[in-house]
Amino acid sequence: MSERKKVLDIINLETTFFTDDGAVPAVDHISFTMYEGEILGIVGESGSGKSVTSLSIMRLIPSPPGKITDGQILFEDRDIVMLTDKEMRHVRGKDIAMIFQEPMTSLNPLFTIGNQLIEAIRIHHKKWSRQQMKARAIEILTLVGLPRAESLLKDYPHQLSGGMRQRVMIAMALVCNPKVLIADEPTTALDVTIQAQILQLMKNLNEQLNTAVLLITHDLGVVAETCERVIVMYAGQIVEEASVQDLFHRPAHPYTQGLLQSVPDMRFKKDALYSIPGNVPKPGTIEVGCRFADRCQFVMSRCTEETPKLYLSKEGQKARCFLVEPAEVTI
Amino acid sequence: MLHYIGKRLLQLIPVLFGMSFIVFLMIRAIPGDPAQVILGQQATVEAKAALRASLGLDNPWYVQYFDYLGGILTGDLGDSIRTKVPITEEIYPYLAATAELAIFAMIIAIVIGVNAGIISAWFQNSWFDYMAMVIALIGVSVPIFWLGLMGQWAFGTELGWLPISGRGDVRDPVTSITHFYLIDTLIQGRFDQFITTIRHLILPGVALATIPMAIIARMTRSSMLEVMRSDYVRTARAKGQKMFIVVYKHALKNAIIPVLTVIGLQSGMLLGGAILTETIFSWPGVGRYVYDAIGFRDYPVIQSGVLIIAFLFVMINLVVDILYSAIDPRIKYK
Repeated sequence: MSERKKVLDIINLETTFFTDDGAVPAVDHISFTMYEGEILGIVGESGSGKSVTSLSIMRLIPSPPGKITDGQILFEDRDIVMLTDKEMRHVRGKDIAMIFQEPMTSLNPLFTIGNQLIEAIRIHHKKWSRQQMKARAIEILTLVGLPRAESLLKDYPHQLSGGMRQRVMIAMALVCNPKVLIADEPTTALDVTIQAQILQLMKNLNEQLNTAVLLITHDLGVVAETCERVIVMYAGQIVEEASVQDLFHRPAHPYTQGLLQSVPDMRFKKDALYSIPGNVPKPGTIEVGCRFADRCQFVMSRCTEETPKLYLSKEGQKARCFLVEPAEVTI
Repeated sequence: MLHYIGKRLLQLIPVLFGMSFIVFLMIRAIPGDPAQVILGQQATVEAKAALRASLGLDNPWYVQYFDYLGGILTGDLGDSIRTKVPITEEIYPYLAATAELAIFAMIIAIVIGVNAGIISAWFQNSWFDYMAMVIALIGVSVPIFWLGLMGQWAFGTELGWLPISGRGDVRDPVTSITHFYLIDTLIQGRFDQFITTIRHLILPGVALATIPMAIIARMTRSSMLEVMRSDYVRTARAKGQKMFIVVYKHALKNAIIPVLTVIGLQSGMLLGGAILTETIFSWPGVGRYVYDAIGFRDYPVIQSGVLIIAFLFVMINLVVDILYSAIDPRIKYK
């Protein structure tokens, strides 16, 4: 993996929401790297900060109240946190593109598919002729597996099913050949058979086009099927980072272990599904100690007195837990 | 679509029926007698009875109503009691004057109101937002006659910038063709008169535009705020689109539908409810025409005037409904 080129390097990113109840660091100093052509998963419960991470990379955090308050996001050695709005517009869609959770509402209901798709092309290829743009639109719709691409251009979003709309969203994101595609729970709103199709499509496109994919999900099944590496987020922090094989075979952090236990297993009949007791603490409420301590079955006195760092284990995975025998402290 | 329009026009018939009936009864409930008004205090009982008979007012009310209704169906709105002129001939210049003022006012209200609403929503909680919304709040609350009088005083009497009454210069009257003076003067190439007409339109136009402008601005703002939070606006931004285009293309088209409803209702109200403004600015419009008719107990004019205003009100709202389907492909009328 190390011989691959870095495309995105997130260093110490902090995104804070300034609310009436005070400043809430929804993303609390996280660092990770994405390499060319890989599929990196971010897993976590609702409120763990995974969507805020993705919106921070796009610089689409609703502001106010949100703001990137610390850290760097290096895309090809440029810090996009420092870009002007105008410079950032040239990055969005062209270098880094994004698809969203809700295909039903993510397309504008009042414009045709063709209008919205060609708009995405025109923003970054102003000099192309109409024919060129239309040809590219048809090409990309065919690539994402949509039938009758040409007549689809004249259709409105409400005339398509959820799965087709998500394919259109993927087409729209990929139409300018971005280096990074951020997919924020792209299959959550779809039914299971369509989910599998969309994931397969994203995997194929990742191989064909060599686009790095940042896949955000709360579904470990999706991660197992698609990703190479996984980041587990909890209460705004990264608690574990590992390859998919390592994560599923020997999860290092108790939270990850709990997550894996709560996946229903069809092979064994259990009386009740396991669930981690307690709730995710609100970001910013725990200042000292491990944020998972309250819910952890291995909790020690040290866990509430000292804040664990992200340790690199001998096996090569990173985990924010004192139980991990540290080979090296990363942050 | 044609089927739908046909259906809506058919629905218009009972509405106008009901309208004509209510107005017919209500004006007869007002105390007063046309014969008395025409002949004056000294008129003898015999003379008044004779006049009532000649006007058909001695018949029972239902006979009068069906006479009137029969007239409408044949396109005859009756004659004015006061001027003896058929109403169909007489009312048009008044209607045109009102329409010209109403359209002028609505253009001001829409252009300023919609843009103020958009910018307020775009820069929510900015100084512009606060200022625009305070002005809008004042705008909906201020009495229109007070605003009209203040405008006349400030820009007419004190500063002398604008004429304070009428539609044009009485020493140089516009030769009417369509009775829309802006059109008439352009047809005749009288640009000096065109400017004069616009100068006459400004004060009553602004007075009349104030309330709709404020309502439109507030409606646009709240509708835009909702749309700006939607997923497709985020998608458009994620494509790298300029904020201006995101706002004016993606957001506005979605936000404008509830605003259109308000624009339709307000336009309808301007047609009928401009009596105050027309009175203050001596604007020879249909509101004043009907208002004067009430003083004279000129029953046919009151009936017909109200009927025409109701008809226009319904037509404007039909146009708004048709516009919905032009904007939103999900709205299909059958």
